Amino acid sequence: MSNKMHIKMNVNGKDEEFLAEPRELLIYTLRERLNITGPHIGCDTSHCGACTVTIDGKSVKACTMFVAQASGSSVTTIEGIGTPDSLHPLQEAFKEHHGLQCGYCTPGMITRATKLLEENPNPTEEDIRFGMAGNICRCTGYQNIVKSIQAAAVEMSSAKEAAE
Amino acid sequence: MPKDSGIGASSKRREDLRFLTGNGKYTDDVNVAGQSHAVFVRSDLAHGRIESIDVTEAEAAPGVLKVFTAKDFEGVGGVPCGWCVTDKHGEPMQEPKHPVLAEGKVRHVGDPYAVVVAETLDQARNAAELIDADITELPAVVNMKDALKDGATKVHDDLTSNLCYDWGFVEENKGAVDEAIRNAHHVTTLELVNNRLIANPMEPRVAVGEYDPWKDEHTLWTTSQNPHVIRLLMGAFVLGIPEHKLRVIAPDVGGGFGTKIFHYAEEAFCTFAAKALKRPVKWTCTRSEAFMSDAHGRDHVSKIELAMDESGKFLALRTDTYANMGAYLSTFAPSVPTWLHGTLMAGNYITPLIYVNVKAVFTNTVPVDAYRGAGRPEATYQLERVVDKAAREMGIDPVELRRRNFINKDQFPYDTPVAVTYDTGDYHATMDKLLEISDRDGFAARKAESAARGKLRGYGVAHYIEACGIAPSNLVGQLGARAGLYESATVRVNATGSISVMTGSHSHGQGHETSFAQVVADMLGIPEEQIDIIHGDTARTPMGMGTYGSRSIAVGGSAMVRATEKIIAKAKKIASHLMEASESDVEFANGQFTVAGTDKSVAWGDVCLAAYVPHNYPLEDIEPGLEETSFYDPANFTYPSGGYCCEVEVDPDTGKVDVVAFSAADDFGNVINPMIVEGQVHGGVAQGIGQAVLENCVYDENGQLLTGSYMDYAMPRAYDVPMFTVDHSCQTPCTHNPLGVKGCGEAGAIGSPPAIVNAVLDALNDFGIDHIDMPLSPQRVWAAMQDAKSGA
Repeated sequence: MSNKMHIKMNVNGKDEEFLAEPRELLIYTLRERLNITGPHIGCDTSHCGACTVTIDGKSVKACTMFVAQASGSSVTTIEGIGTPDSLHPLQEAFKEHHGLQCGYCTPGMITRATKLLEENPNPTEEDIRFGMAGNICRCTGYQNIVKSIQAAAVEMSSAKEAAE
Repeated sequence: MPKDSGIGASSKRREDLRFLTGNGKYTDDVNVAGQSHAVFVRSDLAHGRIESIDVTEAEAAPGVLKVFTAKDFEGVGGVPCGWCVTDKHGEPMQEPKHPVLAEGKVRHVGDPYAVVVAETLDQARNAAELIDADITELPAVVNMKDALKDGATKVHDDLTSNLCYDWGFVEENKGAVDEAIRNAHHVTTLELVNNRLIANPMEPRVAVGEYDPWKDEHTLWTTSQNPHVIRLLMGAFVLGIPEHKLRVIAPDVGGGFGTKIFHYAEEAFCTFAAKALKRPVKWTCTRSEAFMSDAHGRDHVSKIELAMDESGKFLALRTDTYANMGAYLSTFAPSVPTWLHGTLMAGNYITPLIYVNVKAVFTNTVPVDAYRGAGRPEATYQLERVVDKAAREMGIDPVELRRRNFINKDQFPYDTPVAVTYDTGDYHATMDKLLEISDRDGFAARKAESAARGKLRGYGVAHYIEACGIAPSNLVGQLGARAGLYESATVRVNATGSISVMTGSHSHGQGHETSFAQVVADMLGIPEEQIDIIHGDTARTPMGMGTYGSRSIAVGGSAMVRATEKIIAKAKKIASHLMEASESDVEFANGQFTVAGTDKSVAWGDVCLAAYVPHNYPLEDIEPGLEETSFYDPANFTYPSGGYCCEVEVDPDTGKVDVVAFSAADDFGNVINPMIVEGQVHGGVAQGIGQAVLENCVYDENGQLLTGSYMDYAMPRAYDVPMFTVDHSCQTPCTHNPLGVKGCGEAGAIGSPPAIVNAVLDALNDFGIDHIDMPLSPQRVWAAMQDAKSGA
């Protein structure tokens, strides 16, 4: 295939530039080309959310976006949200409240939840359940995911108040 | 007061850090230098005769290394079945060959008949389009009862029929059961379907095969719950590779729920092709492929008859089940409707006479095997539904009817008429707890409040028993298992006192790295952080049978306890030498060895160092080193039990069911990590809600899979489930394993479906509806209400 496209994008704060076939999906770019393996592939119809990343401030399922569509964008994956030495409050809360079991959906869940809490810093339980509806977890029954997000919301709100 | 470490503490999970930061290493994250990519070409017909497969064009396509078909597997074994059921006449089941790639016929949508291996995944996909397969469509058998009719199309031409086996249990009791039912005061009859499900762990299956020709060594990375089982089955029965030349690694695995127990053709293919091509071969299943190649679950059609006397006392139970095997026998498929189902038909009740008949049937559908609960949910669903129906027919409160028939706590150990002996339980206690946490007394007020909003509210209970801790090897051997079901553990104490525990159990979400360390830390009185749990690699762990059937803590944990006991015994000997004391006077607690009645003491670390730097060491009595292995084979199953309660609201205009409250009172015996145990129940209940309300795997009459993606197969989402109230304070410890544990992995999925259906039927009580089959979709519930209104 010779019709490769010139792609430029920023991923987790790092500029990337490469040639890619138009049919290359963003999730493959991240996982296979850039070795960013936090986002996972759980389905092929954009229903499960294991591949959720943030593109220019919006939650996006990387399995159903061509990398060409993301050219020029800024992409954040779980690797850009917190590190083992400096966890994001959501990551802390998921650990504290047992919001994960097998861990496969977790990067997508947390990446989505960061946006949910930006969209709605004080969500109700119902807000969380509907706001996370694009992400499937088969292990936890969602209870502890909801609790984790509630706890992180409280933590982040009080940290924000303290800062103001 | 809750403990902050060791057994009984809600220790935070050590594995979380890597998962939370995207650093888990799942099989799809494994990339081997020089790897090629495999794409399976699968049948889009349910049943067809393969006339020819022309791969010329595909093999000439860019990047293609080879296209494989059945002819490349001549002389290679089929995918084996690990359990042989004997039918009611004493004859072995009919067992068809399951080739790695379809030979002669394709037998279900998704049956693979060719594989393209190419340099890149895209090249393999492109070339797969170029394969020209001439396959003549044959009539498909989908419905089990049709499949057993005379003259039905046969799934396997070399078998006498589509009947795998006709199993009677206990066959000798049949006459007495029939007579008791004939003469009973009242018999409640119920026919129901246990809907076919797809396990859907979020991580699809993946296999990576590698071959080192210089060492003649094979490595397979695979998404498995039991790498040693895969090594044994694939090495011995399919490819003929001895164990010492075959390493199977199951790294982080993203959920299993049973469907990753089984040995699959794709694993054998990647291992085989890596040697044939002298290149590593990787296959990653797409979700669409998973729907038509992962073993499915459930799919039973049953008739249940429960005979009672005037007071509602159970006299006899007779069940008649058709169990779908699909097109081939998956690894443990024959055991699920038989020994994991018939043996549980006593439930929590004293029923003196029980007879279970199961006809296992081949159809042109994906193979069916164990899915979370495996046979036990099917048993519980039948029993807990028929008991509720009986309560209604007899005019007895459903809780009261259960209580009248419960095995009382002073009757344990209790021998059921279906060949198992329950060691412990207290069903009245879990029922009491259930009524308390579900606030049964407040239900009438909640129902009135729902009614004011135009909703029909219902309250349903179920009480379950399961057999876990699978299983005593001598027993399962008599029942047809072709393997032992012990578990292993090696406790390796390192020179500076840290510990590596190698276990045959496998964690794919259960948190073993945390809870197993809690057990060993508790026994040794040292910090959990000093202990590492190693699993999932046949080269690093002793031969073990893996994780399924809620067996890890009961069997794997017990092996760890036994190995740690050996460590303590040897360490005491070393300590007695170091302290110049008699061994019998040495005491060990909190990581310190002391001599009774003296101030002599020696720390854990000093003993460990002495074992590996034996300058001052009783070499004449014992060897240096401090490493012990145990293989633990359980004396019995364990029998967790509990009461589950569901409250639903039904919309009378649309039939939509909302699960608004769910309570679980479980008896798991002793609990190692309550946080993890509660999480297991949450997840199991959510899968039960999925089965009861949302999920259904549907084939049309031609054998086409209508639910082949998440667009058609309704997975529970966050808004489909309520907050659960779970309690595990009722604890009757297991009497035959050293931890007194029973296992908790499957309970939620076993106990919840009947509670949910019972709740919906309670909500619809005024309509006089006896039963609605799962899933209780709006369409089904609405239709049932309309039929009832019109008197249909």
